[in-house]
Amino acid sequence: MDLFEYQGKQFFAQYGMPISAGEVAFTVDEALAAAERLGTPVMVKSQVLAGGRGKLGGIKFAADMDAVREHAGNILGLDIKGHIVKRLWIEKASDIAEEYYMSFTLDRSAKKHLGMLSAEGGMDIEEVAASTPEKISKIWVDPVDGLTDELAAQWVDEANLNPQAREGAIEIAKQLYTAYTEGDADLCEINPLILTPEGKVHVLDSKVTLDGNSEFRHPDYQQYDETQTRDEREEAAHAKGLQYVGLDGSVGVIANGAGLAMSTLDVINQVGGSPANFLDIGGGANADVMSGALEVINDDPNVKAIFINIFGGITRGEEVANGILEAMKRVKIDSPIVIRLDGTNAEEGRAILAPELDDMLMMETTMLDAARKASELAAG
Amino acid sequence: MAIFVDENTKVIYQGLTGRQGSYYGGLNKEYGTQVVAGTHPKKAGTDVDGVPIYASVAEAVEATGATASCIFIPAPGVKDAVMEAAEGGIEFIVAITEGVPAHDEAWFYNKLKRDFPNVQLLGPNCPGIISPGKCNIGITAGHIAKPGGPVGIVSRSGTLTYQALYELQQKDIGVTTCVGIGGDPVPGTSFIDCLAAFEADPETKAIMMIGEIGGSAEEEAAEFIKHNVTKPVSSYVAGVTAPPGKKMGHAGAIVSGGKGTADAKMEALRDAGVKVGQNPTEAGELMAEIVASL
Repeated sequence: MDLFEYQGKQFFAQYGMPISAGEVAFTVDEALAAAERLGTPVMVKSQVLAGGRGKLGGIKFAADMDAVREHAGNILGLDIKGHIVKRLWIEKASDIAEEYYMSFTLDRSAKKHLGMLSAEGGMDIEEVAASTPEKISKIWVDPVDGLTDELAAQWVDEANLNPQAREGAIEIAKQLYTAYTEGDADLCEINPLILTPEGKVHVLDSKVTLDGNSEFRHPDYQQYDETQTRDEREEAAHAKGLQYVGLDGSVGVIANGAGLAMSTLDVINQVGGSPANFLDIGGGANADVMSGALEVINDDPNVKAIFINIFGGITRGEEVANGILEAMKRVKIDSPIVIRLDGTNAEEGRAILAPELDDMLMMETTMLDAARKASELAAG
Repeated sequence: MAIFVDENTKVIYQGLTGRQGSYYGGLNKEYGTQVVAGTHPKKAGTDVDGVPIYASVAEAVEATGATASCIFIPAPGVKDAVMEAAEGGIEFIVAITEGVPAHDEAWFYNKLKRDFPNVQLLGPNCPGIISPGKCNIGITAGHIAKPGGPVGIVSRSGTLTYQALYELQQKDIGVTTCVGIGGDPVPGTSFIDCLAAFEADPETKAIMMIGEIGGSAEEEAAEFIKHNVTKPVSSYVAGVTAPPGKKMGHAGAIVSGGKGTADAKMEALRDAGVKVGQNPTEAGELMAEIVASL
């Protein structure tokens, strides 16, 4: 789950990290009221789950109320990399002496937590990493030991920050690590972390991704799930408990298992078709799951043919076949369906489907043939 | 021979009394796996279809001499279950459960490496392991695998593991052991662990490796194959056409910033001398050619 900047800052604040006072606003009037309470100058910041907001005009400094009105009006409704701005974060403006970068994430190769700190903050850290990797100070933290005071100090010293920032940065490093681990985050990033002219270290931006698997011990994360930006179909699939990702092709895909679903997309592309989606229905393929999946696919106007690719493991072919037939009774399907059913009791399953086959329900024995058939049908 | 588990492996099921545990535990037992015990803190003294339940892994190990365990505990309890198994004397732990928080996985991975270096963890979020005809631990349908050899399989994806077993069975090719390492961010057993074990196993003559987009496990495996594996390898990497930045179901299956793409992985594998198929069927055909030339 990705958090908006302001949600990330409020998350950081729970762990004691210094953030600026601010308020969420959905309209120009709310933005003005927030600025009135906070006192100008303020920053008017678009809240979207995309990077590079500043360059695209999504973050503006407002010296007075007129500027707040102007910027809030311009930013609301702005399209930032496909995300339409619906909410703003109005924040008390800060004076900046220096900008740093600090983050924690999991290093999957090292199987340890990776901390990155750089005196070159404020810009794209991937650019810094690519062009001047020596300017990023890295530490690998063993999750069993955690981030000790010594390690935090050593890390900050290696980053060559302004000496004035040392104590504050060490403190925030420890707080950020605690937020990252106790909060079950996949990523906690501050860019920029600033040093003010008064010598204070302060969090000016946040990028936080939380691990959805940890919700059982963080019931409050439900609130973030509600603000995730999904398109309509992704939302509908999510509500049915299906793993769905929308794409722009014309062959609707239903498969069991993430690997097989990805493989199905590959094969469709290889035979010259284009998949409309990724949809993993998981291990089972009963009528309920199958109807839900068919409804989601059928609602996609781009879909011209549907490829159901099921490999029966523990789930037997007969169950899969009956599930498909039952689902087809429940959902009115507009596009022809091509089924490939293989694995456990595939023969029995195919025998059940055989009498039902027509020009709206077809069957192929291999993944490649089924992909070809579905792609041809989609091409018209 | 097989790797990690065989007909002599005695297995304890942590969570045998639950719905999933009793179902798959039952199927594994039917397959011929030595399912010797289950554990439940409050149900000691009872049984599940004749398999005795003990209060803890330590007691079950004491009573049965088991060396492996299979975890069907819900995600919140997996961290404790893994540690209970290691502390109870288990050497090979298979964690089937999906949805385990990444921070738990990172923690027990490092804890095991440090305090229990001889314990091998498989998973979490994996289909398990099968040495066909000998031992099946987890949720793989046993009858889709032909016993014998000469092929060893290691895979990151569940259904593609089945697909691989099935492709080989259709071609009448046997499998020594098939290991599903799972698609989570911190898998207990890596491709490299399995490649090393297959390389050392005299009955395994060729290796099939099924990868997935995301992370760098396939690239690391390719590097290992280049320098340490003498046996022929065929491979397939799922997600060639997955768009960047989209999460494809598995926690692991996400491409970011051009890293972890299927193309990069396949290139690394080809560079290591691996025969790479464009889809699972082609990888199976490549393996059939390899087996025919052995």
